[in-house]
Amino acid sequence: MELILEQMPIVIQSLNVGFLQTLKLFFVTLLGAVPLGLIIAFGSMSRFRPLGYLTKVVVWIIRGTPLMIQLLIIYYFPGLVFGKPIWGGGEAGRFVAASVSFIFNYACYFSEIYRGGIQSVPVGQEEAGLVLGMTRSQIFFKITLLQMIKRIVPPMSNEIITLVKDTSLARIIALQEIIWAGQAFMKGSQGISGAIWPMFFTAIYYLIFSGVLTVLLGRLEKKLDYFR
Amino acid sequence: MAILEVEHICKSFEKTEVLKDISFSLEEGQVLSIIGSSGSGKTTLLRCLNFLERPDSGVIRVCGETLYDSRNPSPMQESEIRKKRLHFGLVFQSFNLFPQYTALENVMLAKELLAREQPDYKARKKEIQGEIRTLAEEFLRQMGLSDRMGSYPHQLSGGQCQRVAIARALALKPDILCFDEPTSALDPELTGEVLRVMKELADQKTTMIIVTHEMAFARDVASHVIFMDDGYILEQGTPKQVFEHSHEERTRQFLSRFTQG
Repeated sequence: MELILEQMPIVIQSLNVGFLQTLKLFFVTLLGAVPLGLIIAFGSMSRFRPLGYLTKVVVWIIRGTPLMIQLLIIYYFPGLVFGKPIWGGGEAGRFVAASVSFIFNYACYFSEIYRGGIQSVPVGQEEAGLVLGMTRSQIFFKITLLQMIKRIVPPMSNEIITLVKDTSLARIIALQEIIWAGQAFMKGSQGISGAIWPMFFTAIYYLIFSGVLTVLLGRLEKKLDYFR
Repeated sequence: MAILEVEHICKSFEKTEVLKDISFSLEEGQVLSIIGSSGSGKTTLLRCLNFLERPDSGVIRVCGETLYDSRNPSPMQESEIRKKRLHFGLVFQSFNLFPQYTALENVMLAKELLAREQPDYKARKKEIQGEIRTLAEEFLRQMGLSDRMGSYPHQLSGGQCQRVAIARALALKPDILCFDEPTSALDPELTGEVLRVMKELADQKTTMIIVTHEMAFARDVASHVIFMDDGYILEQGTPKQVFEHSHEERTRQFLSRFTQG
């Protein structure tokens, strides 16, 4: 017990650094995947058939294979096959590769949620906009978008909470996120080895963060309660 | 000159012919009622006038300007259609109000978006928005909704929603205001309040086309009645001609319950 108390500051310091990387990956993914998902959603709804099919195949592949495989392929493929490691070395390179994989993977999931949200807005809303002389983009941004957002908050919350925990998959390419940081004390780091308890601590970080997100997303849902 | 001339409109969906050689005209300030059983093509006809459907053939002219001519379908760009639509207003059976906006915002929205296309919008933004607001409030007052302007659609009754929808359509000052079974989703009491404002509009010489199952209303308010059956105009004339001296057996059959009752 005394030993643990002694090691605590070192471990917390290290986990904090790891969690910062986790947070960075989380927010970068969200920032990229939210808009990219919308573009993919429009692609899959396109009236230009080939584009629609192409998008659907891509979404099928991305959703149909493990994110971990995608991470490995995206990170190692350029270097191993073309001899050109495009991501650069070190932690920065791993972070870029992880971000690209996560953004693309999550955008595909988001796109399906968006598509469902858009298609659940009654067609009468669009027709009302059309007979009032609005353009299609005005109809989307002024009428459809907010109604879609209201409908997709619950499923998006689900995905966002999943993303918090999925960031740990980046461990597979040795991104120094919080699991990597915790695991280091099992193998031996900064004079501490064979310690499992830092691993349990990482779980607390995830719990607190997903708790905060749950509250925030719940508030957003309430905020959109002013219309039906 | 007729404000609206419709000539030989035909429209099919897949293999079903929904409109068969529809021709009629409408004078300014008149009210045209279109009656007929469900599936007779009334709604499709209104949707063609509002460019929500494109007729397979025929001509639509408003104030002498050809809006649609199937023999010359070239100028049918999205932006062109948008302008043409503004000749018509359309009030839907299911209101289709925008739920995230208040009654007042529903009435103002389209007008505001159109105003943005004016070259002097940026310079006179405040002034223009003020004008639009005043106008919208005026229309809502006319619909008897002065105390519900800040309400959201889900806080309004069906009758109130439909009156907001009418104000919304009027705000763009269309040449012809179309109604697609405006009271079919309402109970008799609420139907009454909507028909009352429509009657007022008719008295003010608003040019209107009303698709309706309210036979008494069609007879009393319309200046002209069209009876549609199976995609054809079977009969048209003054309410008296259609309701009391119909030529066709089918018309009499359709009206029988109403005239006897």
